Amino acid sequence: MTALATSSSSSPLHFWGYFMDHRSTDLSWLWSHTWLSVVPVVIGLLVALPLGWLARRYRFVYPPLISLTGLIYTIPSIALFVLIPPLFGLKSLDPKQVPIALTLYSIALLVRVVADGLASVSEDTVQAATAIGFKPLGRFFRVELPIAVPVITAGLRVALVANVSIVAVSGTIGMSNLGQLFTLGFQNSTNGPYYPPIVLGIVLCVLLALVLDRIVIILNILLTPWRKAVRS
Amino acid sequence: MIRFESVSKRYPDGTVAVDELDFVAPSGQITVLVGPSGCGKTTSLRMINRMIEPTAGRILIDDQDVTKVDAAQLRRGIGYVIQHAGLFPHRTIIDNVASVPYLLGTDKKQARARAMELIERVGLDPRFAKRYPSQLSGGQQQRVGVARALAADPPVMLMDEPFSAVDPVVRDQLQEEFLRLQSDLGKTIVFVTHDIDEAIKLGDQVAVLRVGGHLAQLATPAELLSRPVDEFVAGFVGRDRGYRALTFTTVGELAVHDEQTVTLGAPVPSGADLDNWILVVDAANVPQGWLNLVELSRDDTTVSADLLYRGGTLATQGGSLREALDACLSSPSGRGVVVDSDETLLGSITAAEVLALIEKRRPAAASVTGSGSERR
Ligand SMILES: Nc1ncnc2c1ncn2[C@@H]1O[C@H](COP(=O)(O)OP(=O)(O)OP(=O)(O)O)[C@@H](O)[C@H]1O
Ligand SMILES: [Mg+2]
Repeated sequence: MTALATSSSSSPLHFWGYFMDHRSTDLSWLWSHTWLSVVPVVIGLLVALPLGWLARRYRFVYPPLISLTGLIYTIPSIALFVLIPPLFGLKSLDPKQVPIALTLYSIALLVRVVADGLASVSEDTVQAATAIGFKPLGRFFRVELPIAVPVITAGLRVALVANVSIVAVSGTIGMSNLGQLFTLGFQNSTNGPYYPPIVLGIVLCVLLALVLDRIVIILNILLTPWRKAVRS
Repeated sequence: MIRFESVSKRYPDGTVAVDELDFVAPSGQITVLVGPSGCGKTTSLRMINRMIEPTAGRILIDDQDVTKVDAAQLRRGIGYVIQHAGLFPHRTIIDNVASVPYLLGTDKKQARARAMELIERVGLDPRFAKRYPSQLSGGQQQRVGVARALAADPPVMLMDEPFSAVDPVVRDQLQEEFLRLQSDLGKTIVFVTHDIDEAIKLGDQVAVLRVGGHLAQLATPAELLSRPVDEFVAGFVGRDRGYRALTFTTVGELAVHDEQTVTLGAPVPSGADLDNWILVVDAANVPQGWLNLVELSRDDTTVSADLLYRGGTLATQGGSLREALDACLSSPSGRGVVVDSDETLLGSITAAEVLALIEKRRPAAASVTGSGSERR
């Protein structure tokens, strides 16, 4: 913390200088922030795929599953962070609690996305696939899932951006990620506001969100060459 | 050969969609299932490839009970075409067509070569091969659907209202091409439609179903029109069935009258011996339309295309009586134009003469007005 005192200016625009002064810490926070944002979404998607499929296959599963996952999403992140350790037998402030909470959020969001994505595949197409001799698994991976990609990637974008901001919240309870910058900003605002780490935190979070979003957009374009044909 | 043996389907909610259905769809022929909405046509069709399992009875394809074959395996050997084609939007046309060969593990290059062949065979421009379904019109997509069903050269094809979602002109075209294709391929086809005209046009035999999934009548189109078994079938095949039955009656040679003609672009003829109507032909003696000499103004000195009445249909020598009668009825002059198979003019015939021919065929015609007539 003493290093912080060397930052001379408290002007918001000084965030770049602040970054250069604490490069290695900031970059490691950015790095862990990235992983914490991405990995839970990937795991969430892997879990949501079979659940979403179930909700499509057995229609009666859909309403309760969507209510349940909707409920998870309404739990404030701070509360979820606090709830996780006792539920999963972890010490409080265990570094695993954040990815677990984020994975739960991602699953909650993506189950619905996957189910709706599969619902976007026209009944005619599904019937035709069955009629020409696809088995259920082959039909899922080679017909239904590829056609659901645009809906699923739209959901992934929301999940990723949401995660970037939720990860930052976890930083304020002591996890090492960009959220720490906000804590530092407040701690150093004893005599007048000290903006640089706060602005830096915002800038890096926004940049991270934008980059992740862009990556998913590109992924979507690569996976759906047929959509370009639809648009043109 | 596809054989239905007392096949019934009761859905879990109690609806009996098909009731004790018995019939045989002979190899190499088109069997059409026709009937009002909800009479169980789709259900019957889908029981053949086990998209729906019957609750009683059995279905045999070439004496093999379909339930004894693995469902996916069975379906790969049966072509299936549905109303909106049901193409895979994420696959190019060529890959759509090659879907079944891919499933069967055919080498990719070979599958595509075969797909390409079929794309042309169903009358599509080969340039479409690399396009996606959304870039094709409904009629074109339907052709792709047919090509996809044919790709693995299955002996059996199931078609569920494949042509009913396209406009009448395209439908006509698709039907003609389908018949041409079938005359080359000789598949065993079960074809579902709710359109009796389509059934009569395409079917080698037609099965009329009534609501509740009962078979009302199984017959050839001609027989269906001339001898509907009951009021329901009679009503379903329509009031002008007598007229439509003429489709199946050919006469040998129509004795035609010579018809005076004028060539398109020639001076307007004049003379007291001319009828009010004169037939206009092109340089190759192909009829173009009728010219009304009475109506012409003084400025009309040459026979130009915009003066013609083109409403009349043409009868082909050796064609059906329906064609001949229609040519007379649709001709503004009352004289039906008869052409040779190369479309050149042979002469004309009158409605009275066609009716005389129909009268001469009385034994067949008698049954049209006989057993099946509606009592109203
Ligand atoms: N899954 C289902 N569950 C319950 N009833 C069904 C089901 N599918 C079809 N039916 C009923 O079975 C009957 C026959 O349906 P089917 O789809 O075979 O009719 P169709 O002759 O193909 O009609 P259309 O010409 O309208 O396509 C109808 O009364 C329909 O409501
Ligand atoms: Mg139907």
